[in-house]
Amino acid sequence: MIDLNTIWFILISVLIIGYAILDGFDLGVGILHLFTKEESEKRININAIGPVWDGNEVWLLTAGGALFAAFPLVYATVFSAFYLALMLLLTALILRAVSFEFRGKIMSVSYKKLWDYLFGFGSLFISLLLTIAFGNILKGIPLNENKLYEGTFLSLLNPYAIAVGLTGTVLFIMHGAIYMTMKTNGLHQQRMIKWATASWMAFVILYFISTLLTFFYANFLFENLTKNMLFWIFFILLLASILYIPVGLKNQKYFLTFISSSLLITSVIALSAISLFPKLVPSSINLDYSLTAYNSSSSQYTLKTMLIIASIGMPVVIAYTIFIYKVFKGKVIISKDSY
Amino acid sequence: MDAVLLARLQFALTVGFHFIFPPLSIGLAWLLVIIEALGWKRNDDSYIMLGNFFGKILGLIFAMGVATGIVMEFQFGTNWSEYSKFVGDIFGAPLAAEGIFAFFLESTFLGLYIFGRNKVSKGVHWFSILMVALGSTISAFWILVANSWQQTPAGYVIRNGRAELVDFWAAVFNPSTLPRFFHTFAASLICGGFLVMGISAYLIIKNKQIDAAKKSFKLALIFSLIVSLLQVFPIGHEHGRQVARTQPEKFAAIQGLYTTQSGAPIAIFAIPFSKPPELKAKIEIPGLLSWLAFGDINAEIKGINEFPEDEIPPLFLTFVSYHNMVLLGIYFIFITAIGTYFLWKKKIWDKRKLLKIYVWSIPLPVLASELGWIAAEVGRQPWIVYKLLKTQDAVSITVSANEILFSIILFAIIYLLLFSLFIYVLVNKVKHGPEPINS
Repeated sequence: MIDLNTIWFILISVLIIGYAILDGFDLGVGILHLFTKEESEKRININAIGPVWDGNEVWLLTAGGALFAAFPLVYATVFSAFYLALMLLLTALILRAVSFEFRGKIMSVSYKKLWDYLFGFGSLFISLLLTIAFGNILKGIPLNENKLYEGTFLSLLNPYAIAVGLTGTVLFIMHGAIYMTMKTNGLHQQRMIKWATASWMAFVILYFISTLLTFFYANFLFENLTKNMLFWIFFILLLASILYIPVGLKNQKYFLTFISSSLLITSVIALSAISLFPKLVPSSINLDYSLTAYNSSSSQYTLKTMLIIASIGMPVVIAYTIFIYKVFKGKVIISKDSY
Repeated sequence: MDAVLLARLQFALTVGFHFIFPPLSIGLAWLLVIIEALGWKRNDDSYIMLGNFFGKILGLIFAMGVATGIVMEFQFGTNWSEYSKFVGDIFGAPLAAEGIFAFFLESTFLGLYIFGRNKVSKGVHWFSILMVALGSTISAFWILVANSWQQTPAGYVIRNGRAELVDFWAAVFNPSTLPRFFHTFAASLICGGFLVMGISAYLIIKNKQIDAAKKSFKLALIFSLIVSLLQVFPIGHEHGRQVARTQPEKFAAIQGLYTTQSGAPIAIFAIPFSKPPELKAKIEIPGLLSWLAFGDINAEIKGINEFPEDEIPPLFLTFVSYHNMVLLGIYFIFITAIGTYFLWKKKIWDKRKLLKIYVWSIPLPVLASELGWIAAEVGRQPWIVYKLLKTQDAVSITVSANEILFSIILFAIIYLLLFSLFIYVLVNKVKHGPEPINS
């Protein structure tokens, strides 16, 4: 029997995976927006994610809420440790969220351009911040014996975290470009295929570099890894999805390619979670000071109550999310209801 | 400045700004549920036109609510990490439940409502706005569960140096949850009612889509009158009675009752002073407070003098915000009753000045909500969790005053920019008016 702490470790990972798959593509589209020149194509970008980005972002909020409920010590320690980084993240999230509503409301070219930049750079900034934060968690942050953070804002910008950040951001760009291949036609679609292929290559190289760097910066992540069945399952899934993406693009199987890139994101995060477990936040001062699924969790009663809430709620959420994506599937057509 | 004060300022700024939007979207969403149902069942294009028009406004307000709400989910951890460690076992659950049961629902179906009118059947489209209204209301419920637990904690034990949950339902339905929920929900409906009423009045004055505007005006006017009446009695009354029983310090502070007395009066008007606690220039009705709170004009009510000096909330702010909220509540009944009277006499459309008053009254229910929030939250001080944890012991240890100062300035600039733009875009949308249906 697996215990409640493990279940919640898995559920938090699932929420992060759900967030990375869903908001991952709309952040990627946001970054690609910076390279889009034609106004008609810009509107297609925005309307391709317009009806769904808000629901996608809820995965981040729910992951935050679930972390608070299940592992309050992690929530409190990490969020206050990353204070300035998170304040900048919030700023970017706010400006990006309103850019959908504000962009099309005033018929002035420079006003539109301003919101295009806020939307595009906001997406880039959010992707980088979140993935750099992820890199820092993997490597471990300086936590002392009282579980208090001893680093600074600048110590978050270390080479390892930046390598992970670039890898993750490139992954989001690829994921966004693949999503757009399902939403566009003609030249716009051709450009998206090129972006997807280029960022696929960049990802493969960067993922390789990040993995190499892990040997130097966070060797503990590899302990006992090869003895774990789950590691091999996700490792094979990772290889399979990486290999399928260029094939799928070539054969114009865009939906399957998108599924494949979602599985790639799943395996990248799952592999990280498997190597971390049971640690949630390793301490770079001394691994014994790490926050784990056992020393930073809520009580068993709360974990059980929350599990009931999640088992009732999440299937319903997934059901209507699929329904909405089905309603809005297919190419984007601009109408008077559009942004 | 010290870090505690700065952290409190930031929390007040970010919550206060956020709290402008959710009440408006909750109220507006429920009115749209009615408008869309009428359009669907009566097959009346003017309701569809109103649905499109107010739906776009809902989209704008909703986006502001989402954008400013993200901050709240993070801020307990970033700025109040000692608080989060102390209450996480209890407080995290309602926040996570809000995500799972409410945020997904409202956000997902809002996309369908705004972009899906021609993609799904009329029934499914109506269902989508119903889910938006329901989702935003459930969201309010769970966030008020969390807040109410801070005010009147229940269902916990103190163990391992923190509050641990032992009875989920006792914590959810703690003594102040339901009174606070109904009070806030009714306030939200009034916010939405006055928004639709005021915008419709504007369209009537400017002669834009006048037939449709008259329909939404009538609907919102009667809706607002009914809810404003219910808000005072029984909803507000019950909430007051609950505060008198569960948080006597707060009750004494908001009512300006500084010495314990039987036959306590209601202060209709006064200027409060804190050192020593005293009401000046006061107008009172003797015995009324005792009667309202305990059903007996001779009942004894504890005054501020009964409580230790380091456990009483600020007196001026609580008294002034509470009394102005009540004043506004009475105004809402008065102004909607006049309108309903003229509507019944069929003279309302000629009362240009009255219609103008409705336009200018749009922000007042939002103001009343903010004042009520100030009275409730400042009235809880110096506690962050009533009788369990003081606000000054709840802030993040590892975050410096300078860092908080930086983020306050950042938020202040962005919120100022957003608010100006929000008003500008909203006014533009309203001035543009509803677009006729080309069928």
